[in-house]
Amino acid sequence: MRDAIEGRVWTLGEDVDTDQIISGKYLTIIDPEELKKHVLEIALPEFAEAARPGDILIAGINLGCGSSREHAPAALKAIGVAAIVADSFARIFYRNSINLGLPAIEAQGVRQLFEAGDTARISLSGGTVTNVRTGRSVTFPPIPAHLLELLEVGGLVEKVRAELAARPSAAPA
Amino acid sequence: MTGNGHGLTLAEKILARASGLERVVPGQIIDGQVDLAMMHEQGAQTVGPFHQMGATKVWDPERVVIAIDHWVPASTEGAAILHRILRQFAAEQHLPHFYDVGRHGICHQILAEDGWVVPGDLAVGTDSHTNMLGAMGAVAAGIGPTEMAAVLALGRLWLKVPPTVQVRVRGTLGKGVTAKDLVLRVLGEIKTTGATYKSVEFSGPTIERLSMPERFTICNMTSEMGAKCGLIAPDATTKEYLRLIAKHPDHPLQADADAHYERVIEVDVDGMPPMVACPFSPDNVRPLPEVAREHIRVDQVFLGSCTNARIEDLREGAEVLRGHKVASGVRFIVSPASTKIYQQALEEGLIQLYTEAGAVFTNSSCSACFGGNMGILAPDEVCASSSNRNFPGRMGAKNARIYLLSPAATVASAIRGEVADHRELN
Ligand code: SF4
Repeated sequence: MRDAIEGRVWTLGEDVDTDQIISGKYLTIIDPEELKKHVLEIALPEFAEAARPGDILIAGINLGCGSSREHAPAALKAIGVAAIVADSFARIFYRNSINLGLPAIEAQGVRQLFEAGDTARISLSGGTVTNVRTGRSVTFPPIPAHLLELLEVGGLVEKVRAELAARPSAAPA
Repeated sequence: MTGNGHGLTLAEKILARASGLERVVPGQIIDGQVDLAMMHEQGAQTVGPFHQMGATKVWDPERVVIAIDHWVPASTEGAAILHRILRQFAAEQHLPHFYDVGRHGICHQILAEDGWVVPGDLAVGTDSHTNMLGAMGAVAAGIGPTEMAAVLALGRLWLKVPPTVQVRVRGTLGKGVTAKDLVLRVLGEIKTTGATYKSVEFSGPTIERLSMPERFTICNMTSEMGAKCGLIAPDATTKEYLRLIAKHPDHPLQADADAHYERVIEVDVDGMPPMVACPFSPDNVRPLPEVAREHIRVDQVFLGSCTNARIEDLREGAEVLRGHKVASGVRFIVSPASTKIYQQALEEGLIQLYTEAGAVFTNSSCSACFGGNMGILAPDEVCASSSNRNFPGRMGAKNARIYLLSPAATVASAIRGEVADHRELN
């Protein structure tokens, strides 16, 4: 996991729920490559077409509230979003993102520093998010070691795989 | 005001037990042993990661419940594939507790009516309203499919111990005022972000008098507060409800008398009117009599969902409906929360009552609740619903407007053809 993440910014408002990230009508789609065509269709209709790998999403409070659909962060990851930064996150969305290895960073006050198209620079260890255009930045509390480790190994699948592989026999304990 | 002691809240007690620790503090990350894991259609996304993890066996097939509910019977090819993935996984892993088409129901209702969650449990499910089972005096939380794969593989899960908000309720609910109105009122105060990553513990004399179905309705909507879990301490009512159906031994824990609460909210329901959550957020709560005066026309009415489609809710609606007809131009969809409730409604003549009045009484499922199966709203349409969410696009078109109500008020709205107060019907 790179410590510094830099990318072009897309902005979202407050209380963007998972329905607006992946609408209920796409919930039977499992393939992230298929899902990404519909990502943010309600909240940001031009996003799916115009997003580039490495882009950063910056949102207001309560990003990802509503249904516990992993489709939402999975689609964002599939389209190449490098990190999601929000004033605050809804719980399950936050967990899902981290578990998929997609950095989700809660930085209070971040939304008002950015406009769409700005460049954001994130330092995970330094705990800062900076707007490269304006030079203004906000800080965020250190990410707990357990979660950093999850991000570093690439998500929960990798972590459990390592744990299971380390067991003396393949049988569950 | 309580709340500054050093004791543990109910959720902290349960999480300490689940992680084998004497005490835990909010913010601490623990590794908890799971007592019950529930999957619905989203669980189909668990199967891939489960295999990618190199897992070969589910940790304990007796502690896993699969209940399909969003598209039952399958209404699209995609849904049919999700169901097949789950069926094959259940067969492969010898998972005996699969609620397939015919025994199906909304996953949370299945857990409740078959006693799958008992006091003291740490229960997780792939749906965000798993919180409902906190009414058993358990920590019940929604998780994503990838974390569910880890649970199936290891029987354990990382969790951050949440701080607890205590909601103390006193007073008597007036005639025609229900547990749904109470939880809407609390939601109006806490808001959709007010309890993010927190545990919400309901207590006080009003809560102690509530039946289990009413407690389910209340804990169900802690999801709308952003909460990790919503709990009600187990008591004689819980014990009686589970007496014949509990699937495994319980550990009825209680909060310490000097528990530390992050925030205490006092609610007095004396004189409280019925409530309604207006578009486009479940916390946009107003007194129903006030909204009813605006004569908001509805195109569709939905009596269903895990929040309010138990037999008690259908009876409550039937009391209002008797002697009336569904207004012309209104589509009234009634969907019981489980097959058992469907059968009970049949026995009590409720299906006849609802359909004769002009409603469509569907098989049990999530139905119109989530805008992906049936009862989908067209642009600009308005729906009165007994469900729990009214965000943009929730039931179909992005600008369709949803009003969340108690079952009785939902039915009154079907009769009047506008958002209505059931106490005003003759
Ligand atoms: S009834 Fe609605 S809220 Fe409940 S599980 Fe189904 S879709 Fe979710």
